[in-house]
Amino acid sequence: MIAVGGMFGALTRFGLNTAWPHPEGGFPLATWLINVSGCLVIGGISVLVPAPRRLRLFLTTGFLGGYTTFSTAMTDVVVSPTVISFAYLVATVAGALLAVWAGSSLARRVRR
Amino acid sequence: MTVLLVALGAAVGAPLRYLTDQALRGRAGTFPLGTFAVNVAGSLLLGFLIGVPVPPALGALLGTGFCGALTTYSTFSLEALTLVENGERARALTYVLASLTVGLGAASLGHLAGSTL
Repeated sequence: MIAVGGMFGALTRFGLNTAWPHPEGGFPLATWLINVSGCLVIGGISVLVPAPRRLRLFLTTGFLGGYTTFSTAMTDVVVSPTVISFAYLVATVAGALLAVWAGSSLARRVRR
Repeated sequence: MTVLLVALGAAVGAPLRYLTDQALRGRAGTFPLGTFAVNVAGSLLLGFLIGVPVPPALGALLGTGFCGALTTYSTFSLEALTLVENGERARALTYVLASLTVGLGAASLGHLAGSTL
């Protein structure tokens, strides 16, 4: 189940990266959007879908785990020009943490 | 073909992340050691693959598929948020900073090793 979710997640990421490739030395916008949107959604799911449920495992550990990527976020920093790489590193971590907080806050409001 | 390779790599990477998390759960108190470990390992391997660089098919299988699904930014962020919400702010900060510095170090090291090969 996690494998299937992970496959779908990875394919979605691959599709977005292919549709929206970033030029060499440019800002990796597709990966940034993927990671931030994945964090927004996981924040929401963490509130809306109770923990032991299989659906939650499929969506979070499976799909979103395959969709978002930490390794590309790190290697993009390593291979990008200094200014881009620093901006990308900060934008990713700040965007991701803000998104997961926003996702869970919104979900709490919806649930009430 | 590339799509199949990405799917195949992810079908191994995602469950391996889950199993690692299960195996390391609680080994470092509330510090999410499992996610930390897979994120660092995946960054090292992807850095290496890009440094070599490997042929596109192998990159799709091991890089986009395996490393992409082995590592996760969503669970990483959620774990940091959960630590903050549980009042463990210092540990959350340690987790984020450690993941980023060790992850970047691993990616650089892998890249260096791959490109000098």
